[in-house]
This record gives sequence, C-alpha cells and structure tokens, in this order.
Amino acid sequence: MANNVLIPTPLRVYAGKQDVVQVEGKTVGELLENLTAKYSELRSHLYNEDGRLRRFVNVYVNDDDIRYLDREATSVNDGDTISIVPSVAGGVDE
Amino acid sequence: MNEATSALSNQEVARYSRHLIMPEVGMDGQLKLKAASVLCIGAGGLGSPVALYLGAAGVGRIGIVDFDVVDYSNLQRQIIHGTPDVGRPKLESARDRLTEINPEVTVVTHDVALSSANAIDLLSGYDIIVDGTDNFPTRYLVNDACVILGKPNVYGSIFRFEGQVSVFATKDGPCYRCLYPEPPPPGLVPSCAEGGVLGILPGVIGTIQATEAVKLIIGIGEALINRFMIYDALRMRFRDLKLKKDPECPVCGENPTITELIDYEQFCGITPPVASEISEGNEVTVEDLKARLDANDGVFLLDVREPQEFEICRIPGSTLIPLGGLPHRLTELEGHDDMIVHCKSGVRSAKAVKLLREAGFSKAKNLRGGILAWIDRVDSTLPKY
Repeated sequence: MANNVLIPTPLRVYAGKQDVVQVEGKTVGELLENLTAKYSELRSHLYNEDGRLRRFVNVYVNDDDIRYLDREATSVNDGDTISIVPSVAGGVDE
Repeated sequence: MNEATSALSNQEVARYSRHLIMPEVGMDGQLKLKAASVLCIGAGGLGSPVALYLGAAGVGRIGIVDFDVVDYSNLQRQIIHGTPDVGRPKLESARDRLTEINPEVTVVTHDVALSSANAIDLLSGYDIIVDGTDNFPTRYLVNDACVILGKPNVYGSIFRFEGQVSVFATKDGPCYRCLYPEPPPPGLVPSCAEGGVLGILPGVIGTIQATEAVKLIIGIGEALINRFMIYDALRMRFRDLKLKKDPECPVCGENPTITELIDYEQFCGITPPVASEISEGNEVTVEDLKARLDANDGVFLLDVREPQEFEICRIPGSTLIPLGGLPHRLTELEGHDDMIVHCKSGVRSAKAVKLLREAGFSKAKNLRGGILAWIDRVDSTLPKY
C-alpha cells in the first residue's frame, strides 16, 4: 500500500511540481528512501552529507513529529499521511 | 494598575462594547488589554494586520520596530500603509493609521534594525512580542531574546500560499529552536525565484497572531502552545501539528548552552556578497552591458529568472533559462563563451555564474544589480517589481 506524502511548496520544484506523492514503505525511512529514489533532487534538501535528516526539515506521521516517535524507524500504517514541513521565511528577497 | 488603566471612559465603553458584553472578555479583560503592551517586530505583511487589530482591540501600548520606507510593492499585502504613504517611513505611516483607528492607543516607534546589541533592551519594555519580520536571523534572534527574557513570542511565517504560526517561549512551552534547531544554509533557502506571497496570506496568519496575543493578554481559551499550525490557502486547510519542548534545546532546554544573544547573521550562514568573485572580475555593470549591446559585439545575455518574471520585463536580446533548469540545459549554451548573466538583483545570477564557470564557461560574468539596476540606470521605461 502506498501512502500519501505531502510535499511543501518550496520543495515541489524538486518533486515534479506535485504537492502529493504516493510512495510505498513500511517505515518513514523506507518511504523517504523510495521518495528520494524517485526524485533524486529532493535528497540533498532532506538529508545532509552524512545521510541524516536535516535539522530544518521536520517529518510528521499524521500530526506527530517523528522526532518524538522512532524517528526514521517510525512505522507507517495504511492511510497514514506523511508530511514534510521545512522551516520557511518569506521575508528574504534576493 | 494605575488610574489610566483602572477604568474606561464613556467613549471607551462605547468603542469596546462588543468586547465588554462578552463574559469571556468583559470589563476585566478590556482593562487587561488597556494595561498591556505588545511589540510588533516589523510593520510589513504580518505586522500590518497584527498592529491594526491589536490597536482596534484596545491594547494600551503598541511598539513597532521597523526602519524601512513604504514601497509600491508593499501595498498588495501591507494593509496598514496606503498609496499616499509610498516613500514615507513605515513607522510614521503605521503610527498615523493606528492613531486614526484608535487614538486611545499609545504607539511607540522604534526606528532601528533589531540586533543582538539592542534586542534585550527593546523587548524588555513589553509584555508580548509578535514577530512579523519573517527572515531567519531575526527569527532566531527574537526567539532567543524571548526565551532569555521569559516573554511569549507569537510567531508567524508566510511563503507563497502557505503559512505557519505558533506561540513560543511561554513558561513551559517550546521555543522555535525546539521546532527547528537550525536554519537552512542560504543555498537551500528558496530564493525570490520561488518566492512571492498571496497578498491575503499575511492577513490570515497575522490575524491569528493577533488573536493569540489578545488571548494571552486576557488569559482566555487555549493558546497555540505545544502546537504548530500550518495553513494552505490553495487547499483551504489548516493543520495542527504537535510540538514539544525539547529537553536538549540549546536555549530553553535543561542545560542551555546559549544564555546570551549571539551573531545571528553568522549563525544563519549569511556572509556579505561573495567578495572574491567581484575581485576576480566576475562582474560587469549595467553601463558596461549597455555599451556592449550597443556595439553589437556578440555578447550573449542569459536571464536566469523565472518565466513569470521574464513576462514582466526583460532586457532586449536576452535568453531565458531559469536557474533551476540551468544544470540540465548547458548544451544550449555551447559556443557562447562570452556571456553575461543576469537575474532580478544579482544573487541568483551569481550562483549561475559560479555553476557556469565550474562547467567550463570560464568567461561568464554576472550583471551587478540585475535588471533592477538596468531599470534604474539604463531603461527607466521598464516596470520594476
């Protein structure tokens, strides 16, 4: 069963401009692995050089932050929605 | 409570009657509002509705920190300012508008850029801080100062069609660093290419910030603490995500390592514009470009902005390849060694020049100041955005 992963606005450009992507995986880690395999440009935005989730990107299973669950080992059930929520700032102009 | 805040005049009773007749607010609550002080950091998109509603609601003292002037491009969302205010300091414009709405409110203007040197002094004069600046260095600065001072920080952030809002640094609640311990490095921050904001969005988020400030002052309801609200205007959906105080948080955790304000520009990895590239002669001025285009000397002009921006204005003869797609489209540039690259203000094009030089286009140069400088100094008939 695939789960819905909600892609935030700033990262949609790296995920085929989609706001929801269906991905399979038994854990959050597996699911993100499959997501970044499909959209390779997302990887550097989600993970640092050591392969760890970046500290300005939070991942939620439904309403719960995986940092308070089992992090990337957090299991994912049918119907769970996974959200990627990075920190954003709209006040920076280049 | 002094005399001025211990009673309402008949005129104030009339003004606040719709508050006074609700048991949740009543005379007690209205007097709490009158005795309260709130500091709005920024009189922009978020600060506008925050200050307007807090002023109308009767918050006794409203401080505003800003050092900017009103620009036409602000008016689509910064509703405290009007067209006649363009060119005026935002502080003056905001103060006039607030006084017009509610002369009972004392407006205190702070004509400074908030910094580590002045933040503690400035914030300590207020009960509640509302952060409407929406950039990373100020956000971490305000967060840390609020934790250090023990003042609630009503936070909001907006991006295109999405907003985030929460209340940080309350007594037992989390702070912004519990949510995001570190800011993204500048390279990974979406640039203005992906930027922009629906003008109404700061209205929605700022109004929630104002609501939370009023609830905190009166002491009613359930504050947006330990929760983090995200709003998606396109799907018209609010989501309430759980948030916890992080015992290892460097500012508000059990063993804090940050006990005084730091250098937030440095913390956010912001350094002055790549001086090395300028000194290496990687830049040209708009006057240089004009002379070369007039001489028709074969220079190739590459525009790395987005198609929407290209629609608004363009330098004649330029070729559009947005920065995001540039790595995959290098073959289209073969044979164009003599190349000048531009964007809106010169930041994205500096990234493009770096990328191009690494890919072998060793003569690629950046147009300093971008198309904005071109409009200022070469062709003022083009619209600025």
